Amino acid sequence: MTSATLLAWIVLPYLAIAVFAVGHAWRWRHDQFGWTSLSTQLQERRLLMWGSPLFHYGTLAAIAGHVIGILIPASWTAAIGVSEATYHVFSAVAGTVAIVAIGIGLVILVYRRVAVRRVAVTTSRVDVAVYVLLIVIIGLGAAETIAVNLIGPGYDYRATVAIWFRGLFAADPHPELMATAPWLYQAHAISAWFLIALWPFSRLVHAWSYPVLYLGRPWIVYRGYRSAVRPRPSLTPTAPRR
Amino acid sequence: MRIMVNVGMVMNLDKCIGCHTCSVTCKQVWTNRRGTEYVWFNNVETKPGLGYPKRYEDQDRWRGGWELDRRGRLRLRSGGWLYKLLTIFANPDLPTIDDYAEPWTYDYETLFTAPVSADDPVARARSQLTGRPLALRGGANWDDNLAGAPEHAGADPNLRGMEAQVQFEFTQAFMFYLPRICEHCLNPSCVASCPSGAMYKREEDGIVLVDQDKCRGWRFCVSGCPYKKVYFNHQTGKAEKCTFCYPRIEAGLPTICSETCVGRLRHLGLILYDADGVREAASVRDPHRLLDAQLGVFCDPADPTVQAQARRDGIPEDWIEAAQRSPVYALAVRHRVALPLHPEFRTLPMVWYVPPLSPVVNAVARRAADADPDDVFYAVDQMRIPLQYLANLLAAGDVEPVRAALRRLAALRAYMREQQLGGTPDPAIPARAGMDPGALDELYRLLAIAKYEDRYVIPSAHTETADRLAAVHTGCSVGWESQFAATASHFRANHVQFVHVQPRRPDHGASETMAAEPEQPS
Ligand code: HEM
Ligand code: SF4
Ligand code: SF4
Repeated sequence: MTSATLLAWIVLPYLAIAVFAVGHAWRWRHDQFGWTSLSTQLQERRLLMWGSPLFHYGTLAAIAGHVIGILIPASWTAAIGVSEATYHVFSAVAGTVAIVAIGIGLVILVYRRVAVRRVAVTTSRVDVAVYVLLIVIIGLGAAETIAVNLIGPGYDYRATVAIWFRGLFAADPHPELMATAPWLYQAHAISAWFLIALWPFSRLVHAWSYPVLYLGRPWIVYRGYRSAVRPRPSLTPTAPRR
Repeated sequence: MRIMVNVGMVMNLDKCIGCHTCSVTCKQVWTNRRGTEYVWFNNVETKPGLGYPKRYEDQDRWRGGWELDRRGRLRLRSGGWLYKLLTIFANPDLPTIDDYAEPWTYDYETLFTAPVSADDPVARARSQLTGRPLALRGGANWDDNLAGAPEHAGADPNLRGMEAQVQFEFTQAFMFYLPRICEHCLNPSCVASCPSGAMYKREEDGIVLVDQDKCRGWRFCVSGCPYKKVYFNHQTGKAEKCTFCYPRIEAGLPTICSETCVGRLRHLGLILYDADGVREAASVRDPHRLLDAQLGVFCDPADPTVQAQARRDGIPEDWIEAAQRSPVYALAVRHRVALPLHPEFRTLPMVWYVPPLSPVVNAVARRAADADPDDVFYAVDQMRIPLQYLANLLAAGDVEPVRAALRRLAALRAYMREQQLGGTPDPAIPARAGMDPGALDELYRLLAIAKYEDRYVIPSAHTETADRLAAVHTGCSVGWESQFAATASHFRANHVQFVHVQPRRPDHGASETMAAEPEQPS
């Protein structure tokens, strides 16, 4: 095993996971005020109405696809009677639909970020880094899905990439498997680890706040001292005037 | 029955001179920051006019507030839980900055740095969003004093149901100012629209606030409020709104906008209300009955059974006493001269308005040469158009409550004039408005004399609880996760209900901590 293999497929992933975990814990504790979607819909609406849903629904579909393709072992899908050929067709077609949505959405969102002045002035350096990484990751992912799997000969990533990825979490890493994967897959994985390391320090933390608890909540929320809250000794009220 | 307290405000529109002092002082205190340039917790609109943001009252377009579904159940007009969770990536009903107005400042620097020249240097307008030169085409007060009225005023949603000719004449002849703040509604659709649970009503005084640490910038509150009184801070990515100046209210002081009002037209006081009745009141089918329904959830603070229940519900004695002296209760309930803004939005708003009598009288004097402008009863009964307009604004289109309020004000005017001129006022005057002379005296004291201590009856928060009160809204996120755990059991059981969001009561879980705290100086 070369040191490059070790670095790319063991050190980098674990480093990224560590930064991701510690970063989130730190951000959650220290930056509740900065934890937001940073919506720019106030500034620009027309493009966002198309770009944002396309991008987000596509991305969520792609994340679900990664769960099915990478986290669920091929033996499990086989056990419920899905052959590799069937799986391949499903993943190529569904993946293509998702990547087209993401692609169109991303183009609109990036165009908006660059060309609409009101939005452009809100773009931070972290936003730029996020968008660069997203463009790279999504571009490579599109090439894998469309060029390799839909049109091309196909690549059974479930026999290599998936096993390596799961191995990382089972403390049983197989970097040698990843070393044999096509460069597209390698580059996709490496850039993704960078995004994961950047995640807690970027606006992407908004994804964890998807407000599912809204579903179970009564409409009106009350808060008050009669039913709530510990005292804070530092705050003393001003004396009434009258 | 469960009695709670809501602070309320009544504004006497007859006295508003449209000076915008309230807007400016509020802005200086709360929103003179980057990201809130376009934000006016308090703004003063000329009526008829478009409002801010433009045409915000048109809920067919903006879908704020509540509506009844086919089975008569209350629901958010902009869609329920699922719809919101699906459209979260781009809110279909959010106004853009162009619906408000792109904020600007002037390039004052050039006044100092311009080279010597025959022409005076000019400070050009620059957008506060982009820093670029901006051609000014709108602002928060673009149609102030009916400016551009022939062009724009016809688009005022309150002119619905009036023909074009009437509309035009009307805008020539009739005008008043409408100062607006957050209504601190009993049934706030902004709170209901917030998927994060970051918005809440304070249990002790009903003030509606945004927890800045819990807001995630999903911006549904902005579209959910039919009055468009929640604003999105484009720098912080969080929602902000009128705070009812809670730090001052806690100290027993009036809000900034009230304190600095030149016309002294704002009244502040407490309202006791039955929290269990709110949902039913907001669900009344006929919009014309919403006013009575809301009056129906207000409790009479002088009633001993109400007082006893209030005590059982933990309302302090001095608050119950203050509620009895509340000018808001007096004007809205006892004398029925104040009306809520757009009750048809079904949020049960708590900032009410005494409709303006003067523009009605002036309009009569101008139009009907034979009319005696002093016979204000005649004016009130004659002026179909202004009445309909005011009714669209303050009574869901029902002319009767507006007419009744104006008749009382007219009676007050006629009665006091006779008295001031040394005559014996005719007791038939108050009788014609369904009042007795004693009531007129109280109204006179409240509306005309309007002493500071009569306008503002605000008990200070209790010192023994005030520091805890502050902790609720200074971003202290104590036990937030468990709050949802506590509320989840109410799963869809009720659409509007009273909720203890925080299971950790001072007398249980937190008691050790409290005992360990040093005593607060009182
Ligand atoms: C279910 C979880 C998610 C929700 C509810 C969500 C929601 C939002 C919302 C409301 C915005 C602001 C749109 C606006 O300007 O009004 C936004 C922006 C954004 N989201 Fe998400 N998001 C989620 C997941 C993700 C994920 C997984 C990614 C990427 C990996 C992502 C990437 C972005 C980006 C890049 C923007 C900025 C768009 C721009 O203004 O240029 N989001 N998201
Ligand atoms: S007026 Fe105030 S309390 Fe009522 S819905 Fe709007 S923001 Fe909420
Ligand atoms: S109550 Fe306070 S925050 Fe609200 S509008 Fe008035 S001055 Fe502004």
